[in-house]
Amino acid sequence: MIMKTKIKIENLNLWYGTFQALKNINLEILEKCVTAIIGPSGCGKSTLIRCLNRMNDLIDSVRIEGRIFIDDVNILDDIDVVSLRRRVGMVFQKPNPFPMTVYDNIAYGPRIHGIKDRKTLDKIVENTLKESALWEEVKDKLRTPALDLSGGQQQRLCIARCLAVNPEIILFDEPCSALDPISTGRIEDLIRKLKENYTIVIVTHNMQQAARVSDYTAFMYLGEMLEFDTTKNIFTKPKNEKTESYISGRFG
Amino acid sequence: MNREKLVERILLICALSAIFVIFLIIMFLFKEGLPILKKEGLSFIFGRFWEPSKNIFGALPFIIGSLSVTFLALLIAVPLGLFCAIFLSEIAPGWAESLLRPVIELLAGIPSIVYGMFGLIIIVRAIKVSIGLPTGESVLAGGIVLALMILPIIISISEDSINAVPRAYKEGSLALGATHWQTIRNVIIPSASSGILASVILSMGRAIGETMAVVLVLGNVEMIPRSIFNPAEALTSVILLEMGETPVGGTHYQALFAIGILLFVIVMLLNTASILIRRRMR
Amino acid sequence: MNVYKEEKIMKTLLWGSALFTVFILIAILSFLIIKGAGALSIDFLTKIPTDSGEKGGIFPAILGTLYLVTIAVLTAAPLGIGGAIYLVEFQREGIITKIIRFGADTLNGVPSIIFGLFGFAFLVYYLKLGVCILSGGLTLGFMILPTVLRTSEEALRAVPRGDKEGSYALGATKLQTIRNIVLPQSFSGIITGIILGIGRAAGETAPIIFTAAILNPVLPKSVFDPTMTLPTHLYNLVSEATPDKLLNAYGTALVLVMIILITTYSALLLRRYFTRNIRR
Repeated sequence: MIMKTKIKIENLNLWYGTFQALKNINLEILEKCVTAIIGPSGCGKSTLIRCLNRMNDLIDSVRIEGRIFIDDVNILDDIDVVSLRRRVGMVFQKPNPFPMTVYDNIAYGPRIHGIKDRKTLDKIVENTLKESALWEEVKDKLRTPALDLSGGQQQRLCIARCLAVNPEIILFDEPCSALDPISTGRIEDLIRKLKENYTIVIVTHNMQQAARVSDYTAFMYLGEMLEFDTTKNIFTKPKNEKTESYISGRFG
Repeated sequence: MNREKLVERILLICALSAIFVIFLIIMFLFKEGLPILKKEGLSFIFGRFWEPSKNIFGALPFIIGSLSVTFLALLIAVPLGLFCAIFLSEIAPGWAESLLRPVIELLAGIPSIVYGMFGLIIIVRAIKVSIGLPTGESVLAGGIVLALMILPIIISISEDSINAVPRAYKEGSLALGATHWQTIRNVIIPSASSGILASVILSMGRAIGETMAVVLVLGNVEMIPRSIFNPAEALTSVILLEMGETPVGGTHYQALFAIGILLFVIVMLLNTASILIRRRMR
Repeated sequence: MNVYKEEKIMKTLLWGSALFTVFILIAILSFLIIKGAGALSIDFLTKIPTDSGEKGGIFPAILGTLYLVTIAVLTAAPLGIGGAIYLVEFQREGIITKIIRFGADTLNGVPSIIFGLFGFAFLVYYLKLGVCILSGGLTLGFMILPTVLRTSEEALRAVPRGDKEGSYALGATKLQTIRNIVLPQSFSGIITGIILGIGRAAGETAPIIFTAAILNPVLPKSVFDPTMTLPTHLYNLVSEATPDKLLNAYGTALVLVMIILITTYSALLLRRYFTRNIRR
């Protein structure tokens, strides 16, 4: 089956002030697959995916050169950032539900984009919670504070919240690093299921997680993209020496 | 060791001096003012006429005077102050921030008598001219002047609360495709709301306790104002204007202290509420 | 109305509020400067007023305010700094610190006219000090006590633990450490608090109008004499505004505001110097 390219990153360079964090990144991410980005701390993985939904715009000293195409449109141009962020959702490292009820957290996105009808919102809340495998646990607690949920539940809530705006791409920035192993396992199952409908990019410092969850893996080191291949190949016959060292645990 | 203990004891007395002074204040206020409150009771608070020469002491006009001026001031200063706080926190580029902050500190430092003077010469005259009132001294003038005075409090405390909202909420909202303003309105301000409320309550206390600025612009008429265009008199102004001409120990003297008690209790309740709210925020 | 338009409108309003606030300050300051500069002269600052303020200078008022503020600082500084030292060096967080802080916060919120009433009933009348600089100065001192206490506490807490521990490790006693390490390092922070207190004390009218102030332009000979002061003189001039009095009123207000400006600005500068020095 031929996979279409969803995201094409071309000669991407990024500076924080005078420090260059991304050096000439070239990468193609395929539709409805899970692509993992791995590498040691500080290699630029989070910086890279934050380019994909232009969250780096929030930092004053950032300068970016290069192009990022999503469905053949360069998102680094002067585009409508608000609708970009609707199409490209993000789940953060530390679960960050709003200090509102479970229901309002998920309804937040749709409401922001103009959906006011109660019944529609109810449906969206139910569907996304089912999609993120949280419905059974919270269906009677929709009006309770989201901050009362456990860490793992909060993260699944954030995923549901992200799904509620109907994105095409979901970015996961180390989504399990603040969670316990059982919650981690649940979220990994979830990611495997979500790829049927969404293009997924996941940043992780946990190699085994990348191996378990992704179809393709990219290895980054000191701001450069050193290798990109199917996950199977990266982990069994890496071509780059550094990749091989990292995977065998010799550093990182 | 002995010397250290001695020093410690002296320092403890220093530290307790504030409590000691409050205790003294309460003692002297209540010693002079309580008898008349006990005797007159509710008619002191709700009495509509204040005529010392006839021994009639009804403080209602002043209570209404103080409250109406305060609420008008809040009406003006809260939106303006909140917007400035949001600006400082979320929008202001570096140069704007370093310009605005000293401005706010300076506004906070201007003595109330100078605000009163400014109010009398500029604001009262403007009102007189533009609305055609006989003197322009009115609740409206008082409200505007007080609004200027409480503006810095609202801005600085609200700004602190807005800054305390975790960045993660803001990022979460933006990542869902909300605009900056939508994020501010739907996530940041609600999260900061208790701090903002605390600042409002604190400024209420300041406004009600303010003397010099209002005495020059309210008109000091011992009647309940019927509208914001009418003159009025504040609780603080009564004390200021009539203490000078009252024999010590007489009924009038005691009545003024009774007003002092009212003032003290109202302001203390408001301040304590504000402190409690801020403490619960943490 | 779409979200982009809303965003633009709100951002304009936000900028507008900030600009309006700056405008208010500029308006007040320029109003004072333009109207008051005409009154300022060496004579104005050094001569006494005549014709109940229509002519002459404001020297007694300046002197009076100076005396009052001095007494206020002499009252508030030992109590405030001493209290702060106790809070930081001798007491752990608990009931007693909560009570002390509650007292300071409460005292800070007392309206100035209540201080005036209290000063009159307690100092002027009960202690029989009469209307004089001492009464007014003490009243002002009580008023600025919380400010001095709070800023001193901040300054003392900012002294790094490591410095204190180093001193103890060398065998110094608590008092020695406080005297040689803690106080010198927190000095500028404490001074900042005192300067802020000075600014506040100089401008307050209500606490001193019954306790220290008179309208006669007589120079006080001791702390037991009453005196003219800048804020009460200003109040007097403004309440009975004739054109001449108004001119002098602007001048007085200008002098008062300049004192405040100088104190606020130097406190700001000192605070910046103080935080920069602590960051090592």
